[in-house]
Amino acid sequence: MYDWPILSVVTFLPLVGALLIVVMIRGDDEVAQRNTRWVALWATLVTFLISLLLLVGFEPSASGFQFVERTPWLGDFAAYRMGVDGISLPFVLLTTLLMPMCILASWEAIHVRVKEYMICFLVLETLMLGTFSSLDLLLFYIFFEGGLIPMFLIIGIWGGKRRIYATFKFFLYTLAGSVLMMLAIMAMYWQAGTTDIEVLLKHGFPSGMQYWLWIAFFASFAVKMPMWPVHTWLPDAHVEAPTAGSVILAGIMLKMGGYGLLRFSLPMFPEASAYFAPFVFTLSIIAIVYTSLVALVQEDMKKLIAYSSVAHMGYVTMGIFTLTQEGIQGAVFQMVSHGFVSGALFLCVGVVYDRMHTREIAAYGGLVQRMPIYATVFMIFTMANVGLPGTSGFIGEFLTLIAVFGRNSWVAFFATSGVILSAAYALWLYRRVVFGALEKDSLKGILDVNRREMVSFVPLLFFTILFGVWPQPILDACNVAVQAIVARADVAAGAIKAASLVLP
Amino acid sequence: MFQAIVFLPLIGFLVAGLFGRVIGARASELVTTSLLGVSAVLAWITFFNVAFGHGGGTVELFTWMASGGLDVKWALRVDTLTAVMLILVTTVSTLVHLYSMGYMHEDPSRPRFFAYLSLFTFAMLTLVTSDNLVQLFFGWEGVGLASYLLIGFWYEKPSACAAAMKAFIVNRVGDFGFALGIFAVYLMTGSVSFEQVFAAAPSLADKSLSFLGHEWHAPTIICLLLFVGAMGKSAQLGLHTWLPDAMEGPTPVSALIHAATMVTAGVFMVARLSPLFELSETALNVVMFFGASTAFFAATIGCVQNDIKRVIAYSTCSQLGYMFTALGTGAYSVGVFHLLTHGFFKALLFLAAGSVITAMHHEQDMRHMGGLWRKIPFTYGTMMIGGLALTGFPFTAGYYSKDAIIETAFVSASPVATYAWIMTVAAAALTAFYTWRQMFMTFHGKPHDHHHYEHAHESPLTMLVPLGVLSFGALFAGMILYPYFVGHDVDHFFRESIFMGPENKILEEMHHIPGWAKWAPTVMMALGFLTAYWMYIVNPAVPKALAKQNDVLYRFLLNKWYFDEIYDFLFVRPTMWLGKFLWKQGDIRVIDGYGPNGVSARVIDATNRVVRIQTGYLYHYAFVMLVGVAALITWFMFGGSH
Repeated sequence: MYDWPILSVVTFLPLVGALLIVVMIRGDDEVAQRNTRWVALWATLVTFLISLLLLVGFEPSASGFQFVERTPWLGDFAAYRMGVDGISLPFVLLTTLLMPMCILASWEAIHVRVKEYMICFLVLETLMLGTFSSLDLLLFYIFFEGGLIPMFLIIGIWGGKRRIYATFKFFLYTLAGSVLMMLAIMAMYWQAGTTDIEVLLKHGFPSGMQYWLWIAFFASFAVKMPMWPVHTWLPDAHVEAPTAGSVILAGIMLKMGGYGLLRFSLPMFPEASAYFAPFVFTLSIIAIVYTSLVALVQEDMKKLIAYSSVAHMGYVTMGIFTLTQEGIQGAVFQMVSHGFVSGALFLCVGVVYDRMHTREIAAYGGLVQRMPIYATVFMIFTMANVGLPGTSGFIGEFLTLIAVFGRNSWVAFFATSGVILSAAYALWLYRRVVFGALEKDSLKGILDVNRREMVSFVPLLFFTILFGVWPQPILDACNVAVQAIVARADVAAGAIKAASLVLP
Repeated sequence: MFQAIVFLPLIGFLVAGLFGRVIGARASELVTTSLLGVSAVLAWITFFNVAFGHGGGTVELFTWMASGGLDVKWALRVDTLTAVMLILVTTVSTLVHLYSMGYMHEDPSRPRFFAYLSLFTFAMLTLVTSDNLVQLFFGWEGVGLASYLLIGFWYEKPSACAAAMKAFIVNRVGDFGFALGIFAVYLMTGSVSFEQVFAAAPSLADKSLSFLGHEWHAPTIICLLLFVGAMGKSAQLGLHTWLPDAMEGPTPVSALIHAATMVTAGVFMVARLSPLFELSETALNVVMFFGASTAFFAATIGCVQNDIKRVIAYSTCSQLGYMFTALGTGAYSVGVFHLLTHGFFKALLFLAAGSVITAMHHEQDMRHMGGLWRKIPFTYGTMMIGGLALTGFPFTAGYYSKDAIIETAFVSASPVATYAWIMTVAAAALTAFYTWRQMFMTFHGKPHDHHHYEHAHESPLTMLVPLGVLSFGALFAGMILYPYFVGHDVDHFFRESIFMGPENKILEEMHHIPGWAKWAPTVMMALGFLTAYWMYIVNPAVPKALAKQNDVLYRFLLNKWYFDEIYDFLFVRPTMWLGKFLWKQGDIRVIDGYGPNGVSARVIDATNRVVRIQTGYLYHYAFVMLVGVAALITWFMFGGSH
């Protein structure tokens, strides 16, 4: 489409920004800090603007990957291969969109080691973009696992009181998953002779092997999503992370798990996916009901939203494993929408945290009296979180649920009960924080959302409503790519059926 | 034209909501009210075009979502059923806007209030004009949101916040069923648009659907699931608990949302989906059973309430039960008829009650009122008209619509028909009793609170004009519209917007019932009036004595059959307990305890002294990952080249 490697430019531009900070900015005084912030903001903004060219040049009706780049690397077995399709493009754009907001959210909240902080974020952006756009297993693995290092640093250095515990937990979980995934990648190379994802997508792995590979990949992605019962790292990580870290964690890093399932597990191991679908359904509805119930009794705002994220990711895994067009498209949409909504909710928490330095729900109440704009913004995102039709939160839930009803009505029944529970925990949080009388003295002087914060909220509000009434851009973008996955799943399902017919 | 009707209120909402502070309260009021007025005029023109000409049709706006076989469009479908709802919604809404200018006069957040009212109207209009189930659901939840915001309008009151949340969550329970119903429809017909679903409906008659491990008759399970949604929104027995609490909202809200329009959405939905409900006897019987039970149950509670608004709230609940009874007999047009007339006279009652409350300086307890008719004669007169219409006094609106419902219950061949008839007739007596009890306690007898009584004054003109207009509707709507909803013009009037199976002859049969059955409700009404007259005018000591004598019964009714307490015990507490249990025992004790914490107990011991991250786990991780990548590359280079 373009005669320059646009994907590489988008991916590595933030890294260039990070290098600029390293090279150009000396000292740690007020001026240096301000310059650092501006460099970081510009780097992410330019990245975002260039990534829009991807949207312009993207051809939704074409099958296969677009903007493909191939450069030999490490001899002939692992090459530098980049490209996006309709499933990865929305996540690339989501990443580039959320990043400037994260920089803005950290503008006043971060005072110590600003330089290192911004470098971490810029490196993190490169690694996340690389994860979504690499077309080589080895490259993917490096980006995928590498992204955790800056995240560890962000939580571990700029986090709250129990940050060590949180990073440590994060580490244990992800380590377990990544070791298995690495073994699986080796085995895949052993079997197929290449790490080229485009080739692997068409390579049929023998069924016996598929199951093992599926489990290995699933272990890694399930931790990332996170799915019940490997979710407990997420609330702790969120609670300790600075606001921007939570936004990235919930907005993008959780999606890497869902993306991985769609990129690898489903198309490469279709028989195993069909075989394990009931297992994933079970985990998904446990996630939805269990974590919603747990969210109901949380006393910490961030923890509550973190648990609600786990529940929402339950819809994603459930939708993906319906192996239907509606379900998978719904899952992709749900992930993008959750990126906006949960990101915005963490920003909402950040707004009051920056002012009061506490996340205790009990420390708030009656904010609407002093912060009417904040109350409105928070209300809209709460409703999006609840899945009110007309907001983007509804589309994903609806599509995944309507798809799963055709598969199994029990799953649909329990998953749909999530709409009651989500209303309960979200509205109760809102009632305790925003509504009520303003009685606490500490809150009497609190100020409403300022212009810088509003700049972050406005685009998110816009997309939440826009995609709520007109989700077609995202659905159209991923339509063809999802069709390909569903077609492979159907073939595999047919094969399983044929095999089961042979048996008595 | 259709677009203008639906989207003018949205514009009003956006103007008042976004710029309310800039343009000021007065301008917000005027903008929203006048836009809605235009919308109402257009709605009336549309109504005459569609019902008596052959206007109508569907305007497609754009695709909402398309995925796989699912194709949902934003569209405005206008047929007679929709047109009837359009005039009701826009008219009552305009009047309520107008009324609120006076009623909310002293409230500092008027722009917000008017914005919410317009938002509600917009959502309600998308609900009634939807041409598919998903857009219906959009409107359905949209009115729920507006209702939530308006009940909680005075957010500094804890009771208002609690009531708002309760309304939203209980409605979500209904929506849970509604959503499953939509999924089932899509599974069975491959579509969610009314046109295609109705076309495919006859073929469903002998299909079955497996739901929760049981093989169901497909139309039955679909209709039952959808009806759960209707029960939530229309406050039917079991999911009614939110409606009385919703009275925490400002009175105009109660009139618009919790009497005339939103709560009737369930009735509208069943009428709209008549091609599906006609396929299932069982579902219709269930609808009738719940309707008749609610009609009676809510009326019993209405008889002992002391809050002027709560009496009307329970009355609304009860009247909605009547509507469902009619739907259950298959007389959809009769249900819609009562929906329409009830919309007028119940809005009138609420607004008149609001006028009383203003006069009494926001006193709502009827025990503190009395003798007010001298002070506020116009309000008294209009409330009397509303009361007469509600009790079904001959030739008022309620007389035509409510008696028609009781007649359908009498002639219906359904196994629950007799039960429904007895319940609705009994409820007619109770209705008359609590209505007159309310009138007598409020307007007659001796004033109980002299301070308030002395200062009571008639409301401003903006509040009285809506009362006058609605009184007109409450008096004459029944008489004028009877032939189109119950009489011989039904087919011609509704055409294909309501579907009645070939063997459904209920509308003909109901005209041939014995005289005693026809007059039974009227006699009951008189009986109710006499009892109330005796108890509250002739012998005011009787109620207290009765309450003392039947203490258990009185408490049972006063505490609303203990529904709130039972639900709290059955659902709320266990849910919270379960949440706590899963968190403390599941997440923290089991998963963390045996997972990361257990595995790492020793590591923690060793590193407790080392707090700084630089020497902590990060390097371990980076190291492990690097070793991993190195191993991977090495292996690729040397081991993998087979």
